[in-house]
Amino acid sequence: MSTLVLLLITGLGLGALYFLVAAGLSLIWGLMRVLNFAHGAFFTVAGYAGFFTSAALSGTSPWLQWLAGLVVATLTGGLFAALTEIGLIQPLYRRPVGQVLVTVGLALATLALVEGTFGSDPRQVALPAWLMATSNVLGAAIPNTRFAVLLIALLVLAGLLFFLRRTRYGLIIRAGVENRAMVSALGIDVQRAFTLVFTIGGLAAGLAGFLGATYYGTIDPSRGTSMLISAFIVVVIGGLGSITGSAIAAVIVGLLQQFLNFYAAAGVGDFAVVLLLAAVLLLRPGGLMGGSSS
Amino acid sequence: MSVDAALLNVDKLNVTIGESQILGGVSFRVRAGGITGLLGRNGVGKTTTLRGILGLVPRTGSVTLAGDELTSLPVHSIVRRGVGYVPEDRDVFGGLTVEENLRLAERAGSEHRYALVYELFPELLERAKQPAGTLSGGQQQMVALARALLNADNRILLIDEPTKGLAPLVVKRVADALKRAAEVTTILLVEQNLAVARHLVRDVVVLDQGRVVYAGDVAALIDDPALARRFLGLSAAEH
Repeated sequence: MSTLVLLLITGLGLGALYFLVAAGLSLIWGLMRVLNFAHGAFFTVAGYAGFFTSAALSGTSPWLQWLAGLVVATLTGGLFAALTEIGLIQPLYRRPVGQVLVTVGLALATLALVEGTFGSDPRQVALPAWLMATSNVLGAAIPNTRFAVLLIALLVLAGLLFFLRRTRYGLIIRAGVENRAMVSALGIDVQRAFTLVFTIGGLAAGLAGFLGATYYGTIDPSRGTSMLISAFIVVVIGGLGSITGSAIAAVIVGLLQQFLNFYAAAGVGDFAVVLLLAAVLLLRPGGLMGGSSS
Repeated sequence: MSVDAALLNVDKLNVTIGESQILGGVSFRVRAGGITGLLGRNGVGKTTTLRGILGLVPRTGSVTLAGDELTSLPVHSIVRRGVGYVPEDRDVFGGLTVEENLRLAERAGSEHRYALVYELFPELLERAKQPAGTLSGGQQQMVALARALLNADNRILLIDEPTKGLAPLVVKRVADALKRAAEVTTILLVEQNLAVARHLVRDVVVLDQGRVVYAGDVAALIDDPALARRFLGLSAAEH
């Protein structure tokens, strides 16, 4: 029973990380039809920004260190994404191949730069005592980081849904996911919504970058790439452009990986996720909730 | 509003998509006030002309609205200058409610237009919370027209085949709504239903193979069997 609970909550925590990366990817594709391969770079750079911020505050309150790292990582992700959209994506609208090439190039260059600058070895992240401890749930000792990641991801999900359903920009984004040409034909500057969505995606990826370091206890340059692959799978299963779909798919993927990797053999969970992706593409190509942005 | 001043001036509009030239130097004027019809057989470039005016397809030539050149502007800026658009396929946002579809079109002054919209289409108020994708074709057309009417800044509406595929009773309601809308704005109307066109339109521009082949009074065209047969096809003469 305790193993079951541990796997369940750990799987949910992993799903929460996937969701944070996937949510932005999904909205960016849904509205802009841009496959953003640089999303993992936002995760990585923001994670390191948070890590060094936290390290720079060494000697102060551990919670202050952690929260400062979280805030700086989130803002770094948003800023990196906004600059990418304005500097690299905007000049290439209507040129999808160019967009793919430039985001792949940015991802590779960023990874090389981070590895070259900080090395490829994992670095330990300083965490407050409570986050390094465990809590007993039905006999299972659950690392508290899982609860923190889950709680923050739920808050982000609620915030995104509120934004999409209750604000004018959210309305514009939901309409744009369906038919962006018609949004323009109503006199609305879709370009602004593009920059906003890219920035929101970057904020979420940046948050995930530092939460990933919190979840695993370490940070390294390559995690952004593996997160990106999982997030793309989540986005396709959930339905391109759907936040709720991404949340559901992220939970399914996280749980599937945890349970099968434990009960079958290491790697079986990852393989099963790819099989699930293939099944969704064959049986429901639009994903679980394709066509709906919220 | 002067009824004789040219509000919209289209000059040598060219649209080429891929290897095909869809419009080859289309030129015409739309007088301020009332409804101008853009007629012609299927596939002669009527929809492309509207999309070209709005900048939804790459084009060359000149389009001016009350003297202001529009062709260098992005689509949303052209709309903000006062060009409203109701596309052929309605293009309502199916996942959004009726109310949300209308909210997207709101501008300063829209609160006064809601009265007109709900007077013309009271069912939109009753179905405000319903996803627009679940409406009938006629109701979706009402949403599309309502969105254009809500923008009080619109000086001209480009309306593409609003009665296409609708039941006769709904066609009459849409036609009545267009007539009422023409009291508050100028309309450039693409319409295949010649009975509707004859009823609503004052001036007419006829396209054939991407060029203007007739511009003038609608009655002179439709009531003359020879002209109607020549420019609109054989069946037109029967209307």
